[in-house]
Amino acid sequence: MDNVPEPLNQMLGELDSLDRVERAQYLLELSDEFEEVPQSIATRPFPENRRVPKCESEAFVWAQDQEDGTLKFHYAVENPLGISARAMGAILDETMSGQPLDQVANVAPDIVHRIFGRQLSMGKGEGLAAMVELTTFEARQRLSRRN
Amino acid sequence: MSDINSRGYANADALVSTDWVAEHANDEGVRIVESNEDPLLYPSGHIPGAVEIDWAADLNDPLRRDYLDRDGFASLMSSKGISNDTTVVLYGDRSNWWACYALWIFQLFGHTNAKIMDGGRIKWESEGRELTRDVPDVATADYDAPERDDSVVRAFREDVLDHIGTSGKLIDVRSPEEYRGERLHMPDYPNEGAVRGGHVPGAANVPWASAANEDGTFKDAAALRDIYEGNAGLASEDDVIVYCRIGERSSHTWFVLTNLLGYGNVRNYDGSWTEWGNSVGVPIEK
Repeated sequence: MDNVPEPLNQMLGELDSLDRVERAQYLLELSDEFEEVPQSIATRPFPENRRVPKCESEAFVWAQDQEDGTLKFHYAVENPLGISARAMGAILDETMSGQPLDQVANVAPDIVHRIFGRQLSMGKGEGLAAMVELTTFEARQRLSRRN
Repeated sequence: MSDINSRGYANADALVSTDWVAEHANDEGVRIVESNEDPLLYPSGHIPGAVEIDWAADLNDPLRRDYLDRDGFASLMSSKGISNDTTVVLYGDRSNWWACYALWIFQLFGHTNAKIMDGGRIKWESEGRELTRDVPDVATADYDAPERDDSVVRAFREDVLDHIGTSGKLIDVRSPEEYRGERLHMPDYPNEGAVRGGHVPGAANVPWASAANEDGTFKDAAALRDIYEGNAGLASEDDVIVYCRIGERSSHTWFVLTNLLGYGNVRNYDGSWTEWGNSVGVPIEK
């Protein structure tokens, strides 16, 4: 993918090389590593304007402005069965936080199928894609303010 | 919830409790199978000894919109350590949608010795029962599959058109908003690509969840009869087609009507609204 954060490109390349079982294991490890939004940023009940639309896992997204002009992304997933959403949050934080905003803004929501595989149901896929959309929206919003 | 055998089901053997699974999961001749929507749920922890069957990767043809064929099913069963006489017990997320979907596909290949774990994965978890990430090393089994038979429990678009023509009974198990054409997907779910909203003419709307208790277990037979016969006007001798969006929620209702209420002629239209709502020229009601 052109002009997207390099850590994301690297992770996608790594996922491409994995078979279904290896991919699930890799994503599960990321889900286990998921760190929920710190209390300094948000506490329950989380505000509805941070809720990811269409996401059955009840995910929330925050973007924290950094001194260098980049964003640090934070996520919460309220559904205890939202393992894929937690993995998605971990991936987005790891590969988008601190990256150039124009590159973050360029990331297409359909990366979820490259990440989770084609067997992802349409419903779940679009819920996860909405997490990507809200993340990239935050970058686009900052860029439009600056322009 | 009461004991399964006291609920008045026509075929109580089609349902087992979490207690039963805890006691029999490792019995010879029993295979526990988890089938979920979320591909990470099984690897995150499953009933000890359970294998996974993925609704998309394992049961669907990778190219065409259809199910696996005879060889594919035999190979899948063999790889999961399932032989023709194995008792298969399915469970999964979302109140057993995908478990019922898998069980329904098993019927296409005549594997009738298949059951659902009442309450599914969430009930097992809520009871604090053991989960493991260890994937069982099952020995392959011999499995002789017949050709897939789509004629008994599966309906295609043309079957539905014929059904409308004969005033056959149709049950739309989607949400009322989808049924009325106010939305093209279930609440909190994204649009899955239908260009028209509404329902198949003559279909009654009985959302799948009507059959389930809050904990995901099935309601007893008397309550189910009130819903499907008292409210929706079905009778056990009716020729019924059920549908939803892609056939997973309607598999849940197919299981209820066929196994819990004993209806003898129920077909699942798996093309469902993603086919009907995109088909040119088919009749639609709102």
